[in-house]
Amino acid sequence: MATSKQSLLSIKHISKAFGSVQAVKDVSFEVFPGEILGVIGPNGCGKSTLFNCILGQLTPDKGQVVFKGQQVSGWLPSKLALSGLGRTFQLLQVFPSMSVRENLLVAAQAHKGNVLSRLFMPPDMGLMPKVDAMIEAFRLGHLADEEAGRLSYGQQKLLDIAMPLMSGSGVVFLDEPAGGVNLSMLAGVKDLLLRLNREQQVTIVVIEHNMEFIFEVAHRIVVMSEGSVLMIGTPETVRRDPKVIEAYLGH
Amino acid sequence: MQLQFFIQLLIAGIATGAIYALMAVGFALLWQTSGTINFAQGEFIMFSSFLILWLMKLLNIGLIPAYLLSLIISMLLFGLLFKRLLVDPLLKYGDVPLIIATIGLGMVIREMTRIIWGANALPFPSLIKNQVLNLGPIRVGLADLVTIAVAMTIIIALQLFLNKSFIGRSMEATAQNQQVARILGINVDRMILYTFLINAFLVTSAALLVTPRLLAKFSSGEAFGLIAFMAAIIGGFNQVRGALIGGFLIGIIDNLAKFYLARIHLPFSDSTLNLSPYAPAIPLILLIVIILFKPEGIFGRKEERSI
Amino acid sequence: MSQDPNNTKLQHEIQGQRLLKSKLSPSYHYLMWALGLAIVLALILAPLWLKSYGLILLCTWAFRTIAVQGLNLTMGYAGQVSLAQAAFMGVGAYTSTLLIMKAGYNYWLALLIAMLLSLLIGFLIGFPALRIKEGHYLAFVTLGFGNLIWLVLRNEQWLTNGPLGIRDIPRPSIFGYSLFEPVKFYYFSLAMLALSSLIVWFILRSPWGRAFKALRDNAARSESLGLSKTTYTLLAFAIGSALAGVAGVMQAGLVEYIDPDSFLLWRSLLLVMMLVVGGSGSLIGPFIGAALVTLLPEWLRFTGEYYLVIFGIGVIIVMRYFPKGIAGFLPYLKRRFFTKEVQA
Repeated sequence: MATSKQSLLSIKHISKAFGSVQAVKDVSFEVFPGEILGVIGPNGCGKSTLFNCILGQLTPDKGQVVFKGQQVSGWLPSKLALSGLGRTFQLLQVFPSMSVRENLLVAAQAHKGNVLSRLFMPPDMGLMPKVDAMIEAFRLGHLADEEAGRLSYGQQKLLDIAMPLMSGSGVVFLDEPAGGVNLSMLAGVKDLLLRLNREQQVTIVVIEHNMEFIFEVAHRIVVMSEGSVLMIGTPETVRRDPKVIEAYLGH
Repeated sequence: MQLQFFIQLLIAGIATGAIYALMAVGFALLWQTSGTINFAQGEFIMFSSFLILWLMKLLNIGLIPAYLLSLIISMLLFGLLFKRLLVDPLLKYGDVPLIIATIGLGMVIREMTRIIWGANALPFPSLIKNQVLNLGPIRVGLADLVTIAVAMTIIIALQLFLNKSFIGRSMEATAQNQQVARILGINVDRMILYTFLINAFLVTSAALLVTPRLLAKFSSGEAFGLIAFMAAIIGGFNQVRGALIGGFLIGIIDNLAKFYLARIHLPFSDSTLNLSPYAPAIPLILLIVIILFKPEGIFGRKEERSI
Repeated sequence: MSQDPNNTKLQHEIQGQRLLKSKLSPSYHYLMWALGLAIVLALILAPLWLKSYGLILLCTWAFRTIAVQGLNLTMGYAGQVSLAQAAFMGVGAYTSTLLIMKAGYNYWLALLIAMLLSLLIGFLIGFPALRIKEGHYLAFVTLGFGNLIWLVLRNEQWLTNGPLGIRDIPRPSIFGYSLFEPVKFYYFSLAMLALSSLIVWFILRSPWGRAFKALRDNAARSESLGLSKTTYTLLAFAIGSALAGVAGVMQAGLVEYIDPDSFLLWRSLLLVMMLVVGGSGSLIGPFIGAALVTLLPEWLRFTGEYYLVIFGIGVIIVMRYFPKGIAGFLPYLKRRFFTKEVQA
């Protein structure tokens, strides 16, 4: 467990409203290096909106995001990604007309060199070994040159998760990595996250509806309800907490 | 002396602006409800004026009957057919192919007009014989007052229709959010068709008012289209009100700029500088400034989409 | 890692999916190379059987192709509409002409300055428009810019000679060897076209090309992976404008005359149409589109004044039925005739 270390990412009092609907209400929590943090809560409790506020797709009305001691709220998504905050979206988002390798190259290329130097690099930018290692880790080797759009849903989902990991550092936010994936694949995804976390010390924040999944994967869990944080704790304490049981597990 | 000149220019500017507002509102409506950025808007206006002239000559009728008749033709051509034959099939490919197709349509209309009616500018009758009225120290053109009256009547009627009638409010809902409108049981396609018909009505009315001032010429569509654009963007294209005010603003700026840019006193000398050829540049510069600092337009809403 | 027992399940799941792999027949590549070589050879040998009028047409095709290649970067790859491509040609044409004729600059230096100025203006007017992510603000800003340029060219008579234009514009010479004669100017145009094509090809095969494609296909996803849409669209637009500047210099040399009306909005619109009819987002689209618009008036001469009407209707039909333009047929032909599906 990593709680004794200094926090890598601090979410401080984030709020966001759409018109009269308060989607996220004064949410604060810390992410520690090397941990897997789960975020759970019923549909429409503001989890994805929270991700969008942290990662620059939306501008929060109030609050701050501090990453590695630096105030990063208000930054553009691309700048946040470059500084080491990667993500997936709730809906699958790969580049369907590009090959699996090219998808991963797109994901990796912004992290190498500067804009001008990239113009004069070879097309693969010397990143192929890294790309192939990622493909290997995700067991997609035999599909490396296939167009992503021709892959099965589960395979595309894996590619989608692999893309933000290409940055090789920081925190990866996964929005429902197990959503729409069948049972055998689910075990694979779970194993993959645990392995990446163990072997490469990747810090992961994961939104998930599948409670089984999140209790097995996460070190700590943030429980959200109606836009605000209900509690934060280890899977055991969350599982036993009467408030949480009442809110989600009690039926 | 100074103030009285200013007021005269202002009134003339309001008259020009009222016509510009008619050009811009339809443009903004199409954009709002269907996402159509109509690059043929200027050609619609230009063609309408030739249509009126042609009907007057062909049927030997007066200006008003010819205008009413061309309203019907224009609603058919620029409302129904434009939507059914061009916009509907192309909208599904995204907005760029539709932009290109309306550019192509504009070219076809312009060239057809040149072939049918020639490249020369034709005189166009005005609604009323112009005479100068002296209102105290201020001199005002009667034609300007009539223009303002007609345009304002149309604008107020349109606003009442959009805000008060059931159809108007359904159109507004369609413009705001098509999905929600569908859920509310609004026939979205029908509402979009109505905006096309309204646009056709507005371009023909704009043609009736603007052409007596400029003559009818096949190549004048480009300038009209540009005005519709600028007015919609400067005012705020996601609000009918924005396009309206944008139109008035450009009209007023036009008139003031033409006058005052011609008489710029240089400091430390008696000579004046004539910059009036650059009067058309003022709205263009305003456009760029607006896009730089307030891209949603002066009166537009900021839009934020969740992902 | 493959010893991990849990992973065999995953592996099984992935490989259990049957997938058809497409295999491209090698004859496709031979055919394309042969076709390409034949066209290049024909262009090089063209002066053998073309008279000077034919060469002028080919020179026109060359500079238009360069302008459309630039527009293709903006529209086809960065997905933004620019309505000032002809205005940028005007910037290039007037800058080089004035530098050569009034300031006595060397042709090539003037060409370089004209190109850099177009690039700079591209950055300056592109920046405000491209900061905004949604909407077609670049179209509006360029529309305004095109009109401003025309006003300046028309009204600053002391510099540009106003609506009368500038006559007797010189053609380049290289190491004292004049390129004035039609054949020589033709080879100059051809060389410029080759150079421009090379630059565009180089840009698009570099990681930039992949970034353009990714941003065009899914901007939100690309941004979340660290690609800045503003940066790349701005680069595409500025470079595209610089190519227009070069095309303008070539036009001035070819026609030996420029006036403000040569760079009006409808010229920009014509360039846009060349691109979409040829095929935007494709390397060969600009060649096809520029060729069509340059040669069609010759073939459709019998239609007389109806030419532009027919062309406009053609554009609408192309947009309606082949939104990817003529070059869009190539991938179709490739799939239809040269690709086999095999079991992976």
